Amino acid sequence: MSSSGRIQVARAVLSKDLQIERRSKVLTSQIIPFAVVTLVLFAFALDGDAILQRTAPGLVWLAMLFSSMIIVQRSFAVETSDGALDALRVAGADMSAVFWGKWLALVIQLLVLELVLLAGAIVMFGIELRASGVVLLVTSSISATCGLSAVSTIYAGLASGVRGRESLLPLLVLPVASPVLIGATRAAEAAFGTGGTVVSEGWPWVGVLSVFAVVFSFGGSLAFGPLIDD
Amino acid sequence: MEPHFHTSGSPAVELRDAVALMSDFPALAGLDLTVERGEIVMLTGANGAGKTTLLRVCAGLTPITRGYGHVMGADVVSERDAVRQRVGMVAHSNGLYDELTVRENLEFWGALIGAGDDELHQAMSIMGLDGRLATVPVRGLSAGQRRRTAFAILVVRRAGLWLLDEPHAGLDSGARDEVDDILRQASAAGATVMLSSHELDRVEQLATRRVHLAGGVVVGDGR
Amino acid sequence: MTIDTPPISAATQRRGTSTPATRVIGVLTIAMTIWLGVFGLVLSPADRDQGDAVRIMYVHVPSVWLAYLAFIVTALASGVHLFGRRHSLQADRVAGASAEIGVVFMAVTLVTGMLWGRITWGVYWQWDARLTTTALLFISYIGYLAVRGLEGTREQRARRSAIVGLLAVLEVPLVHWSVKLWRSLHQEATVLGTDLDVSLDGLMLFSLFVGVVAFTLLFIWLLLHRSRMLTMIDLSAESGLNAALAQRRAEGGVSL
Repeated sequence: MSSSGRIQVARAVLSKDLQIERRSKVLTSQIIPFAVVTLVLFAFALDGDAILQRTAPGLVWLAMLFSSMIIVQRSFAVETSDGALDALRVAGADMSAVFWGKWLALVIQLLVLELVLLAGAIVMFGIELRASGVVLLVTSSISATCGLSAVSTIYAGLASGVRGRESLLPLLVLPVASPVLIGATRAAEAAFGTGGTVVSEGWPWVGVLSVFAVVFSFGGSLAFGPLIDD
Repeated sequence: MEPHFHTSGSPAVELRDAVALMSDFPALAGLDLTVERGEIVMLTGANGAGKTTLLRVCAGLTPITRGYGHVMGADVVSERDAVRQRVGMVAHSNGLYDELTVRENLEFWGALIGAGDDELHQAMSIMGLDGRLATVPVRGLSAGQRRRTAFAILVVRRAGLWLLDEPHAGLDSGARDEVDDILRQASAAGATVMLSSHELDRVEQLATRRVHLAGGVVVGDGR
Repeated sequence: MTIDTPPISAATQRRGTSTPATRVIGVLTIAMTIWLGVFGLVLSPADRDQGDAVRIMYVHVPSVWLAYLAFIVTALASGVHLFGRRHSLQADRVAGASAEIGVVFMAVTLVTGMLWGRITWGVYWQWDARLTTTALLFISYIGYLAVRGLEGTREQRARRSAIVGLLAVLEVPLVHWSVKLWRSLHQEATVLGTDLDVSLDGLMLFSLFVGVVAFTLLFIWLLLHRSRMLTMIDLSAESGLNAALAQRRAEGGVSL
């Protein structure tokens, strides 16, 4: 398939995924509330304003990780419920293009989720975003989300294709995604200044997150097709 | 439909001694089959005889572990990607997105392969899906209407080989007649059709050939 | 003939997995282990600070070595399977056997590390780069073994596992880098100085070397036996397939 053909496929898959989300509103009506509830539960479990403020970025990213599992499983359930992914395979659609389309759709949804969670953390946990930290926060969040989406999309493709083994997904994704959790949290802490960190301490983490995102999104696009094939 | 599907000289399907495994079970146990272009072949046989696996092998979805074969000119062992691009398969699932409308599903496929709006419209009208049905989410369609949407996608894709696993299942008798009609039209327009079915009485009217499977091999073959 | 029939070696023909080679390796392994025991437990000195507890090191360090060696072998074998022209199933079997061995020895590493830490400094765990990376790698490999157990044809399973195995390789440097960077932020030296690196004198170093050699031989021995066992399992599935084919065709009233 030519590269313009691939872009065509990726764009078609991306807009189809976003269209389905617009129609079914699963992200907005189910997953965002779930994530916000998670933040509330953290407050119950940790019981202390100082602790919550200190750990807020970590709690946000924990909620992100767990919610992303749900979102990506849904993204593939849509494909397997009526054999649509099989139909794409039968049509010989370029699978790396399908990967990129689903990856980008997931990135967009996760970024929306993240905005909501950060707002929730600012409101509920009392952290304050300072002007000097905004650029760091934005870059680290985007690179973290790109890496997380890549890992989630690859393994969700694998798990969705095997009957009754969707529960395998968290076991596969979470260890591999641990650098994302560490990096995103430390960068966010630097951006917010929790624990007395300075903004400049966050930038090495953006480096880690970017390398992770590049490695796993390009590796994922190559691995996706062979991984889901029979 | 006027002549629409890509055709050429070589047989649509040629399999020799094909063994295909589903997990470790030999669903196909050394099967030989040749299907010429333009035929409408009905696969019959008990459940578990290997009909679905045979269709999946022809679709390039399931690999064979022994034997060799060509489908639409592409090698079934080494060129499965090419096989897939030339065939279309509709099984118990239809390959549709429940949340999207008929038109949106077809537009997705149109966007995938670069088909124009008029091609989409033509496919929809052949299948009787233009008009009110076009804007109904697939979720709300009857089984027969979903099937027709899946066929419309095959038309848009110009698939030269149609592989249908029990296309009559779940349809009332009027819808089944519609399916047969569509298949006849597709065949007249150049497509080769292989379908599995338990509807033995339809064999006479629809199919040019009946292939009977048992135990993972062909045991009966007649026109 | 199948597209990939496992090679029938002299070992499998005799229905056992040992050969003269493995017997030699086995004997050497036992000898080296006894040597290690003598040196580690008796002849080498106790550490100035830690006392006899330092002797756990003679099991712990070689285990780390073996675990990472197994992991490298799995990665290489996965690569050979995926990118080699023949997509050799033998390479896949080696990858699987090596991962099984690696997981066991990663567990040994973690447990001995925890015991050592507990006895010497009173803490079971510390969040340093090496231990944390090993723990995450351990879990990743459990995931890899779970993927190996998924249903499907042998070729399918092999391809899936090889990809998951190689993705796990990509992950390791990233995990190590991020954990190291993370722990470097916590500049306070841990109160008890729980650095697992001990200053070693000549005899201790030598004993450690003996341990590494012994464990390497052990790994080779285990790998040979286990991959041969996997080959025999595949061979029996293959002949099982022929029987299944005959039975399957008989279902249809067709005789071969």
